[in-house]
Amino acid sequence: MHEMGIALEIIDIATASIPPEARSVKVERVNLKIGKLSAVVPDSLRFCFDIVSKDTPLAGAALVIEETPVVARCKECGARWTIAEPVFTCQACESGSLEILSGRELDIVSIEIAQEDEHGDDQR
Amino acid sequence: METINDKRRTREIKVVKRVLNVNERMAEQNRRRFAEKGVFVINVMSSPGSGKTATLQKTLERIMPEIKAAVIVGDVSTTHDADRLSVTGAPVVQVNTDAFGGDCHLAAHVIEKAADEIDLDAITLLIIENVGNLVCPAEFDIGEDVRVVVLSVTEGEDKPVKYPTMFRLCDAALLNKIDLLPHLDYEKDKALDYIHQVHPGMPVFEISARTGEGLDAWIAWLKGKISSKLMTS
Repeated sequence: MHEMGIALEIIDIATASIPPEARSVKVERVNLKIGKLSAVVPDSLRFCFDIVSKDTPLAGAALVIEETPVVARCKECGARWTIAEPVFTCQACESGSLEILSGRELDIVSIEIAQEDEHGDDQR
Repeated sequence: METINDKRRTREIKVVKRVLNVNERMAEQNRRRFAEKGVFVINVMSSPGSGKTATLQKTLERIMPEIKAAVIVGDVSTTHDADRLSVTGAPVVQVNTDAFGGDCHLAAHVIEKAADEIDLDAITLLIIENVGNLVCPAEFDIGEDVRVVVLSVTEGEDKPVKYPTMFRLCDAALLNKIDLLPHLDYEKDKALDYIHQVHPGMPVFEISARTGEGLDAWIAWLKGKISSKLMTS
């Protein structure tokens, strides 16, 4: 529901990450990691991002979203598994003392900018 | 750090930042400020209509003036909740949620501003009544010490499994409107099972804000939390 705010935040962080010498270069992709337990709906986020990125250096960039599963580790027996149903007890020993290893991410991993021709000789 | 992707002809620049970084930093700032002032902060969340305001009203009536409290109320656009809470004598600050945070939750910067309107030296408890919503408020740390979710028996038993993030995040649940149980088909044990399936060991207080039933246990828990924080700080 707050995808608009998240989209604005992404634009701020991504814009600040563009190297100074590449300011005029097109940002092709923004790579995100969004956990299944986060309150963000990827389709809504893309929709909002397309609207608020207009007239910013991120205009036209694709949001590439990797949805991360909910992975838990039991603090009692050390078992590790992916939680698919909302049951947060250990499958092995039934303990309720869990550590959530992933699933709450809402991270910008990287941005990808178009390669300029003068960088062509970097390619081996 | 950079890597070249020849296939896509792009240069990848690592960022690795939490999108909610700004909110989380601000929440930490709030937390430090409240700790310095010796103020215990509770963030109360629920779906709309669960009886959050009535519960808080009754809670305030029972803890004041022994515990000096103030309230920040998040509401999309009315002052109804604030009006009801003001009756208790506690200072109430109403925040209408900002346009771009999106009407769906209170963010840390909103609390920072609202707290400026409260004399923090004069209180030991700050109650934050979040916007009625079981999804978004779970995502936004606002600098609180404990989080409580209010659930009512007029909602579905399966709310906890539909909104697991909220129920995992909260430190306790209040199951409200139990005075209505004789009139409903609500399966209370099923609801409790669902809560503990999502958050094993979560304290649940069965209450009726209307009749006052069960409020003593909830208030004793809250007072315990307040004194254990204020004694260690």
